[in-house]
Amino acid sequence: MSGIGTGYDLYPTTFSPDGRIFQVEYAHKAVENSSTAIGLCCKDGVVFGVEKIILSKMLVEGTNRRVFSVGEHIGIATAGLTADGKRIVQNARQEAKNYENFTSDIIPIHVLTERLSIYVQVFTLYNYIRPFGCSLMIGSYDEEKGPSLYCIEPDSVALGFYGCAIGKGKQEAKTEISKLKLSEMTCKDAVKEIAKILIKTVHDETKEKEMELEMSWVCKETKGKHKLVPKKLIEEAVEWVKGQENEED
Amino acid sequence: MFDLEKEFLYDLNKEVKTGTTVMAVTFKDGVIIAADSRTSSGSYAVNRVTDKLTPVHDQIYCLRSGSAADTQIISSYVSYYTNMFSIEEGSQPTVKKAAHMFREFLYQNKQYLHAAIICAGWDPIDGGSVYSLPLGGSIVKQPFATGGSGSTYLYGYCDMNFKENMTEEEAEKFVTYGITEAIARDGGSGGIVRKAIIDKNGVRRKTVYGNKLKKFWEK
Repeated sequence: MSGIGTGYDLYPTTFSPDGRIFQVEYAHKAVENSSTAIGLCCKDGVVFGVEKIILSKMLVEGTNRRVFSVGEHIGIATAGLTADGKRIVQNARQEAKNYENFTSDIIPIHVLTERLSIYVQVFTLYNYIRPFGCSLMIGSYDEEKGPSLYCIEPDSVALGFYGCAIGKGKQEAKTEISKLKLSEMTCKDAVKEIAKILIKTVHDETKEKEMELEMSWVCKETKGKHKLVPKKLIEEAVEWVKGQENEED
Repeated sequence: MFDLEKEFLYDLNKEVKTGTTVMAVTFKDGVIIAADSRTSSGSYAVNRVTDKLTPVHDQIYCLRSGSAADTQIISSYVSYYTNMFSIEEGSQPTVKKAAHMFREFLYQNKQYLHAAIICAGWDPIDGGSVYSLPLGGSIVKQPFATGGSGSTYLYGYCDMNFKENMTEEEAEKFVTYGITEAIARDGGSGGIVRKAIIDKNGVRRKTVYGNKLKKFWEK
């Protein structure tokens, strides 16, 4: 099988003649194979939503987590190889704890993002370790600074977003997100909007099996702590989405 | 048989300590820190014009007492880390952060160190703060703190004369008279009084020379 990068795509230590590192680009492909995750910066916090495909009826609800807490005040949502995501979250938790032990302050989100970026980048340098096959969205809420959302891709680029999507349906999701007025939205509204995008726009019922919604938030209401959105709110959001569908029909 | 040479050399080879008096006090707009200027090695005054007011960051200072070597190296570590963190974070470090870094070094290496630090300064979040870090590596936030061998002579003086929210003038008098008294009574303290006033505008350093030190009870 010969593809675009043949010959230059064996190791991350080789540049192609047109200046690309194919192994890192292939890592992006691994992210694009995974189900979608969305993060939104609202006026009073950050909300994450993940479309989790239920592979088997034997799986316990809530298993196969895709959102994680780092410290108490930062949330991370992953897309791509979940195991890779967990490894980076592990590193993030260590960084946060060490920072706190040393300075007695909680780690600011932009410092953590910077450090994770540097960590991810190291794995794009050598031929004996592969790049991470996952993207992460990192979010936090601070009374003074407001909400912050960053996204780190396998090439280690970290950018700040108002709204972001990663995974299979990221293009459609990003289009929908750009239509939203995020600066006026509360987190409760965002829960509904994210549910709508994931259920209606991104999830293809004909092609894929059932999905489960995993949502979490860091906002004024949770007093700046990262928590899973209460089950009741998610159920209400799903009901609301179904209601919207009926209206449109 | 008293061997003059041996006794003298033994004294000179003793570890250099800052037998000291240092004080830090919060006032309305910030903090004032003050120290004497004697560094001794046994009974020999190695330096009679020492500067014990060590900058850690632009508006965070530390007052060092105990082993000169230990306190110097630790304040240089903390200075390094506060600078690194403030650049990484893009914001001014708080006195709390610097003080807790001191604590980490002092506590984790307590077997090897003989160092006590007072970390004081001004930051936009907490205003003027004084943190006392005594020998074992504990940390206590206080409205004022004293340290060093001369501080034993100041407990009564401070307790009687300290007031919350003093003006700059009152606070300056408070520390100057305190250090002067300790210099008079403590053999390990001497020389001049060095002061620094740290508030939102920055740091102003002042010195009171020996002949200007006020005389109290003794003539």
